[in-house]
Formats: sequence, C-alpha cells, structure tokens
Amino acid sequence: MKPSVGQTLSSPVDTTTVIVVRAPDSDVELTCAGVPLWDAKSGDEAPEGSADPDQLGGSLLGKRYADEELGLELLCTKGGAGTLAVNGTPIPLRDAKPLPASD
Amino acid sequence: MNLTMLLDMAAEGFGDRVVVGSRAGGLTAGRLRELAMGGARAIRDAGSDAVVYLAVNGPAFQVALFAAAYAGVPLVPVNYRLGEEQIDKLLANHPRAYAVVESQEAGVVARAGLDSRTPDEWLTEAAAAAGTDTEPVTTQAPAVIIYTSGTTSAPKGVLLRQENLVSYVFGTVEFMSADADDAALMSVPPYHIAAVSNALTNLFAGRRVLVLENFSPAGWLELVRAERVTNAMVVPTMLARIMDAEGLDLSVPTLRSLAYGGAKMPRRVIERALREWPHVDFVNAYGLTETSSTVTVLGPDDHRAALDASDPAVRARLASAGRAVPGIEVEIRDEHGEVLPPGTPGQIWLKGDQVSGEYAGSGSMVDARGFFFTRDQGRLDHDGYLFVEGRLDDTIIRGAENIAPAEIEDVLARHPDVADAVVVGVPDEEWGQRLEAVVVARPGRVVDTEALRQECRSTLRGSKTPDRIVVWEELPRTVTGKLLRRDVVAGLTSQLPVPPGH
Repeated sequence: MKPSVGQTLSSPVDTTTVIVVRAPDSDVELTCAGVPLWDAKSGDEAPEGSADPDQLGGSLLGKRYADEELGLELLCTKGGAGTLAVNGTPIPLRDAKPLPASD
Repeated sequence: MNLTMLLDMAAEGFGDRVVVGSRAGGLTAGRLRELAMGGARAIRDAGSDAVVYLAVNGPAFQVALFAAAYAGVPLVPVNYRLGEEQIDKLLANHPRAYAVVESQEAGVVARAGLDSRTPDEWLTEAAAAAGTDTEPVTTQAPAVIIYTSGTTSAPKGVLLRQENLVSYVFGTVEFMSADADDAALMSVPPYHIAAVSNALTNLFAGRRVLVLENFSPAGWLELVRAERVTNAMVVPTMLARIMDAEGLDLSVPTLRSLAYGGAKMPRRVIERALREWPHVDFVNAYGLTETSSTVTVLGPDDHRAALDASDPAVRARLASAGRAVPGIEVEIRDEHGEVLPPGTPGQIWLKGDQVSGEYAGSGSMVDARGFFFTRDQGRLDHDGYLFVEGRLDDTIIRGAENIAPAEIEDVLARHPDVADAVVVGVPDEEWGQRLEAVVVARPGRVVDTEALRQECRSTLRGSKTPDRIVVWEELPRTVTGKLLRRDVVAGLTSQLPVPPGH
C-alpha cells in the first residue's frame, strides 16, 4: 500500500490504530502482529489473518514509530498488543526530541 | 484527522489528569471529553452550523472548541473588544450559530437574531447531555474560523481545517510529554490563534492550562506563584509591562518556560528578562492565524547564546524568530517570485500541512507550489534563522523610495529614554508620504526629540530620518500587542496635540 499523510490505519487483529505523520513515496507493507494494517474508511474489506505470536511486542499510545530511511512516521493513536512493522521489519520508536513549548 | 482525536488520546492516556483550570475543581481530560460530547449533542439538537464564542477564556472555551469538533461545525471565537458595528458584521456571517456569550454581550447577539447562553449556562447544558460514545460528525466545514485583527484592512475570516490544526500539534508536540504537576498560564484572549493552539498543544502534552482573563503585571506574577505555573505565554507588551513594573516581586520560582510572540519584542525587554530570570527557558514563536500558529521557533539555547555572544551574527539572533518547525518550509522571494539567497531581504512565503492560507469567501491563497504569502517581509541567515522585518502593508513610500518602518523603529527603541516607538507614513503633498514617528518615554525619563532625530540621521541616513517625532503617553495597540498604525496616522494628522482617548 501507499500510505498518505493524515490517513488512519487500524490493525484487524488488535486495538492498535496509527495515523500517518510522514509517508514515503514508495509502496510499503505495513503490518501489526504480522497482519496488514488497513484504512477502515476506505471501504475495503478488513485483511484476513491471525496475529503472529512472535510479533506481539506491543504498540504504545502517543508514541511515534519511524523508519528514517523510508521517510515513514506513524503516530500511535490507540495502543495494542501487536508489533508495528514495515516490509517485515519492526519499526523502531522514534527518539522524541520535543520542541520547546511555543504557545 | 480531527481535533477529537487529540481529546480521545488524552482521555485514554491520562483521563484522570486535570487539564483545565485549578488543580482542585478543574476539568480532567476524561471530563472534558464527556462535556464536549454533551455540548456537541446540544449544538446538533439546535440545528446550528457554527458555534460563536463571544466570551473570555476558560473551561467553557475548551469545551466549545471540542464540542464544535464533535458536532462537525466551526468554532468562531469573536473579539468582544470590537465595536458593536464590527461585531454585527461578523455575526451576520453566522445566522444559524449556536452562541456562547458573556451576559453583557447578549444584546448584540440578540440583535443578530441568535439565541445565546452564558459560559456557565453552556457548561450546564453540556453536562446535562454529557456522554462517552459520540462519534465526530465528518463534514467539509472548517474546525475554526478566526477573524484577523484587521490592523491594516477589514477583518477577514481565516478558515482553519481540522487537518491544519492536528498537523500542527502532531508536528510540534510530543504526547504526554508534560509532568503531571506542570501548569501553563495563558494570557491571550480566545479570539487569538494562540489561544486555540495553546488549548490543543497543552492538552496533547498533558499540561494543565490556566487562564488570566485581564492581564496586569501584579496579577500575572501572583497567579504564576499561587498556581505554581511552569509554562507561560505572553505577548511582548505584557513582558515589557512586567519588566517595567516598579515595586513588584518579580520572583517566579516554578516557571521553567516562557513563550512570546504576536508582535516585535524590544531587545531591551528580552535582555532584561533573560537576566532577571536566568532559570527560565525563553521561546520566541513566529506564526500567523493563517498558519495555525507557530511556524518558526527561537529556542532557549539560542536565547542564552545570543545574550552574551561576541559573534555579531549570533548576538543578532535575539531579534530573530528562529528556525522552521518540522513540516514547515520557508522561502524568501522577491516581488517577481524568485527565491532569494540567505541574507537577502524579501517576502516571506511558507508551506506545510498546518498552513491553511484560506479565507471565507475567497478560498485558498496558496500558490501552485503550495506556498502561502505571509505579507511579512524578512530574511533568512546562513543557518536558517528567520528575521521578520515587518508587514509589507506597513511599507512607507516616500518619494520613490520604499521604506520599511521596522529599521527606523529599531533605532528609536534602542535609545535608553524610549520605551516604545512607531514610524508611519503621513500623507504629504510633496513626497506622497512623509515619515513621522511617535515615541513613548520610559518611566521617569524625558525624550529629547531633536536629539533622537540626530541619532536616526547618524545611524541611518537623511531619507530614513523622521520629519517629525512626537511623544505620546502610549501607543495604540490591540490587547494582543499589535500596533494599530492606522490609529497612529489618524492621531498624527488630527489637529489635536494627542489622539483622542490618550
């Protein structure tokens, strides 16, 4: 799939929901617990599959998951049990370098 | 993307944390969400297509902001300090609005044919319908409509989309990054973009927000100490008044961060504040209503480095607006649209998801490449620091020469006897416009206007020396610190020695 900025993606096998903050130009495979994430608003059927017991590292509410090389950043809006992965590789937590509060 | 996502996340992540109001009796994130959902039901039941908010800041404002988002209608904060005629005009744009109105403004709203309720009645209505299971209504309506202050032209309705505001929050704030006992003090009124962005960013960070309705230096300092405020936002005139106040206890032991913006900060004031409060992190933010608030930030390290730097380029940065926040691109262009290199002044153009550049009735004003013209002039230095050098609309044309008043104002404001200064173009038969300046003396000082003119002549040059400098008690500014240049010109061209009301 080619994620777009602002798109909300959900896991069909756990509660994980993310929003795309930065999107790569290329097609990528985004999964949670090994099962593809999907856009519930797209009208597509939810992907079939069951959670891979080896990919249950969890996703955390409010954390950012980013692959700098791909230019991909997901913000977790609902945490869950599954591990977020891109093209089969777990997406690392991005180091949060908060800006100073400006307002 | 919807503002309600921010509130949903806050309720999920720290639902029991007080996020609005005093530590005792304030609203938790969970309660704010319940009230917003209840408020949304009330708005929908009334069949309204907007929420007009004509009241001071406070919990009712936060509830209105999110209730409007759940209901899928825009929040329209209206400046309660406008004249009745102007308020009438704005309200006429929203004939089916749901109005939350301070009781003394009820008459204006009734004249516009709108039902109204006070902020307290609004909170009661929201509480009566409070819920936990409202889904936001998806519409094409903007999230917020803010009417610009109209210092140079008639107020325009800036449309901010859900995506603009949410992008701004996601781009600049880390979720739950505040400590549980952090508290932010907001001193700008709800019709200012900073009040909207502040409500969103502090909620997302998990930081409790307090409001000071009517700013005074003593009131601000006392509230900071009483509520153990850690973060605050002020406009430059407020910081100037705090620093110039005599006989006040200036201690702010809990304050860690002070953000300022909205107008030009006099160097004298920020230097004084940096020395007075060395433990405080100062943050200068530049942004416009049209850009969902902050687009560049000058951070605490930049401030400290600039204060005592020997390198003139680093020292100068105390007057800069800092560097672009993530997701924002800045271009300086000439009047033909060519992008200019660092160091060369020109027009400031901005691009990013948080940039709306969209006005009620006239649509999007971004160019083919997605850039929005701020109508501000400025330059970037070689390290990407932006220097804002005033509004294009403020440019004075004397003879055939374009003169930006900012440069002259800087020279005037540097003088130790001067507290505030403005330079305007006054209609002139020979030159088209001639330069005139108004200055305000610092407390206890007397300004020698002829010496000040000599100072301009030696620092700048003859054509940039005001033909006349007069001293007023104060300059006409909006409550958010923006100079009302039209009123200065009106005061200077009237036959009165001082403008009416001063």
